[in-house]
Amino acid sequence: MINEALVLSAILFVIGTFGVLVRRNAIIMFLAIELQLNAVNLAFVAFSRVVGIEGQVFVFFVMTVAAAEAAVGLAIIISIFRHYETVNVNNFNLLKW
Amino acid sequence: MMDILFYVFSAVAIGGALGVVLAKSPVGSLLFMVTTLASLAGTFVLLEAHFLAAIQVIVYAGAIMVLFLFVIMLLNLGHDYVQDLRGGAFGVASFAVIGLMAGLLSRQLSGPGTPTSGEGGAAIDAAIAEHGVVGAIAEPLYTTYVVPFEITGILLLVAIVGAIVLAKRKVD
Repeated sequence: MINEALVLSAILFVIGTFGVLVRRNAIIMFLAIELQLNAVNLAFVAFSRVVGIEGQVFVFFVMTVAAAEAAVGLAIIISIFRHYETVNVNNFNLLKW
Repeated sequence: MMDILFYVFSAVAIGGALGVVLAKSPVGSLLFMVTTLASLAGTFVLLEAHFLAAIQVIVYAGAIMVLFLFVIMLLNLGHDYVQDLRGGAFGVASFAVIGLMAGLLSRQLSGPGTPTSGEGGAAIDAAIAEHGVVGAIAEPLYTTYVVPFEITGILLLVAIVGAIVLAKRKVD
């Protein structure tokens, strides 16, 4: 079952990468990043069956960091939305070369 | 039985993940994400990580996804869909992503791959038998990893302050 879990983790991570690359809605890109974090969590839990409980402890930390990241990232999105009236990242080109 | 359940959860998780990426409205995307998170919690249970499965449902599906939903409703984004899966960049990204997936899967399934057996499972089962499901993860968390745990508290404080400062309206 560990092998299958790692395969599922790889598939979910790649789907998340795809979402970040092709979607232009900032909130959906953010959701895709959460999907990638979850794929890594699944890999950690699977590896905890190989190396011990540390894998599950790290998943705990990853979840905390994901919560903090979601709070700050959504605050940034709200702040950008107040300025541009959109969350489409194609419109955020101030720093574009 | 366990294997069948695992495949069911995997199929639901992959379907939900595709829904996140392909759904038209942000709210639909979010609900697909909740589906994925719930079925991942199921796989966590099958991998004997019961506490993490509970945390996954309570914190991820219950708190973080509701935060996303609040922001979508606050910004009134429920129905503005712009076609954003398009053109050349989409093709390039698709090919790159399919290649990446094929590489990862072939390495794990055929070649040497990563090791998938060890004494970790037996150690976890022994810890659960001795300390209980929560105690098994709490014991290393409050002894070996107590410093990272405390730093996590500081990180959350910083995140709270940062989110409020970024999101509050400027008072003139």
